[in-house]
Amino acid sequence: MAKSIDVSDLNLYYGDFLAVKDVTIPIAARSVTAFIGPSGCGKSTFLRALNRMHELTRGARVEGKIMIAGKDLYGTEVDPVAVRHQIGMVFQRPNPFPTMSIYENVIAGIRLNGTRMKKSAADDIAERALRGANLWNEVKDRLSRPGAGLSGGQQQRLCIARAIAVEPEVLLMDEPCSALDPISTGAIEDLIHELEEQYTIVIVTHNMQQAARVSETTAFFNLQGVGEPGQLVEYGETTKIFSNPEKEATEAYISGRFG
Amino acid sequence: MTTTLQKDPSAPTEEPLDAKQLPRLVNWYVLGGAVVVGGVLNLLLGWNLAGCAVLALILYLVAIYVLARVVEGRRKATNRLMTGLVTTAFILALLPLVAVVWTVVDNGWGALSAEFFSSSMRNVVGEGGGIYHAIWGTIIITGLSTLISVPIGIMTGIYLVEYGSGALARQITFLVDVMTGIPSIVAGLFAYALFELFFGPGIRMGIGGAVALSLLMTPIIIRSTEEMLKLVPDELREASLALGVPKWRTIVKVVLPTAIAGIVTGITIGIARVIGETAPLLIIAGSTDSVNFNPFSEQMMTLPVFTYFSYKQPGVPPEFGIERAWGAALVLILIVLVLNLVARLVSYWFSPKVKS
Repeated sequence: MAKSIDVSDLNLYYGDFLAVKDVTIPIAARSVTAFIGPSGCGKSTFLRALNRMHELTRGARVEGKIMIAGKDLYGTEVDPVAVRHQIGMVFQRPNPFPTMSIYENVIAGIRLNGTRMKKSAADDIAERALRGANLWNEVKDRLSRPGAGLSGGQQQRLCIARAIAVEPEVLLMDEPCSALDPISTGAIEDLIHELEEQYTIVIVTHNMQQAARVSETTAFFNLQGVGEPGQLVEYGETTKIFSNPEKEATEAYISGRFG
Repeated sequence: MTTTLQKDPSAPTEEPLDAKQLPRLVNWYVLGGAVVVGGVLNLLLGWNLAGCAVLALILYLVAIYVLARVVEGRRKATNRLMTGLVTTAFILALLPLVAVVWTVVDNGWGALSAEFFSSSMRNVVGEGGGIYHAIWGTIIITGLSTLISVPIGIMTGIYLVEYGSGALARQITFLVDVMTGIPSIVAGLFAYALFELFFGPGIRMGIGGAVALSLLMTPIIIRSTEEMLKLVPDELREASLALGVPKWRTIVKVVLPTAIAGIVTGITIGIARVIGETAPLLIIAGSTDSVNFNPFSEQMMTLPVFTYFSYKQPGVPPEFGIERAWGAALVLILIVLVLNLVARLVSYWFSPKVKS
C-alpha cells in the first residue's frame, strides 16, 4: 500500500478568503513529511484538503490539483467518502467515540460502514490495530470499557489505532501530540517511526524538535501578514531545512528569531 | 520612560484575614427568633397567619442584615441578605407546586380502588364506575400522537442541525418557535376542520385528537432534538467522516447515539406537555362513557376530559362524581411521574459512560 501524493498550484478558500496560496509539493510514499510554520499559516487547512475534509466547512473551496497515485483527488467522479477511506486522519485533540467501548472504537471504521464480518476477523483487526498503535498491552484486559475512560495519551493512541484499523494508504496527523505530555509524545513518535514503513505519513506540528525527530521531509509554511494567505516557503530534506535552509524566513523561524 | 504602579493610599484597606465572624448557625437562630415573634402575634393577638409569615420573613431579613453589617461588614451582610431573598423566591416557587400535588393526592386518594381502574362509566349513576375507558383513551391518543411526532420531530431536528443552512432552515426555526406558542384550542380546531373535510361535520374520533396533540408536541421535540444535536462536538463528526463513513451513517451511528439521552428527555417533556391537554380533545376526540379501543371510529374518552365532565356534571348525588374527578387527576399526575422516571432510566442506560 502507501501511495505518494503530488500537489500542484493548490489554492484553498474559505468563502472569498484565500487561506492558502499556490502550494506545489510532492509527498513521498513510505516516509514522514512534516509541516511547520506559525499559527494561522494554513498548515492544518492544507492537511484537511488532502483527504477532502476541507470542503466540509461551509463555503470552503479548492482550486488546483492533488494527485494521489496518478488519480486526481478532486476529479468529478471521485467520491469523497472513498477518499477518506484511503486517507486516514488523526486530530489534534483525542476524540474517541464516547458511546463506544475501546474495542468498538478500534473497529468503528468497519462497523460504522455496515460491513459484516465474523467476530474472529474483527477481533484480529482490533488486535492488530491496537498492537500497531502500541496500546495492546495496556488495554487488552479491558477492551469492553469505554474509550473515553483512558488517559489522554492512550486516547490519542486509540484514535491512531482506529485510523489504521481501516488500513488507509496515507495517514494525516494534525498536531497529534499538542495535547499530550512528553512521555505520551515519545510513545507516539516511536509509533510514527514504526508506521512509516507501511504508510505515507503527513504530520503538522508546532514543535520543531518533533519535526526534526520524526520526519524525512519538512515543509515550512508562512504568511506575509495578517489577512494574507498562507504560502509554502520551501520544502526539502529535514536535515537540510534545519541546518542550511535556502530562504531567510525559514532560517529565522527555525532559529527562533521570529514566531 | 517608565511609570511605577503605586497603591492609591485613599483606596479602601483590605479586609484582615481574620475578620470577625458571626457564629456558624446564626441565621438559624435569627430565623427561629423571627418565627417565634410571628407565631406569638398570630396566636395571642389573632393576626392573620399569612401576614405573620410575611412579617417574620421581613423581620429575619432586616435582623440578619443589621447584625452582619455591625459585626462582619458590608460585603457579608449583603451576601446574607441576598441569600435570604433567593431562598425566599425558591420557596415561593415551590409552594404552589407542593400545594397542587398535596390537594390532588388528598382529594383523589380515596377514589382509587380496583373497581376505579377496571370499569368504565357505562350505565353508572352515582356511586361506582371508573376510569378504565379514559385511561385507555389517553394511552391510545397520546401514544398515536407520539408515534406521529417523534419521527417528524427528530428528522426535522436532524435537518436543521446537520443539513439545513440558509433561508429554509431559518424559516423552519421561526415557524417552530411560532408553533410552540399556539394555543391548544387552535390545534383542536385545526384537527376538527381537517377531519371535517373528509368525514363531514360533527366528526369525533380518537385519531383526530392524536393529530391535534401531535401539533403541540412536534415543535417541542424539534427544539430539544436541535439543541441536543448542537451539543454533539464537531470533532466526533469529523472523526467518523475521516474514517470514510458516509454522512448519513455518521448521523445515525455516532451523532444520534451520543445525543440520545437528551432527545429521549425532550420526547418525555413533549408527552408530559400534551397528556394533560383538555381543550383540543374536547373538540375532536369527544366524550363517552364506554370503552372504545378504536381510534378511527366513534368518540373516545381521555383522562383530562373525564376529569372535566366529572366535575362539571357530577351526577346525583354529586360527591361521587367529584371524587372520581380528583381520582382521575391523580392518576394523570402519576402517569406523568412514571413517564419521567422511565425517561430518566432510558437516558441513564443510553448515555455515554465515561467512568471506566
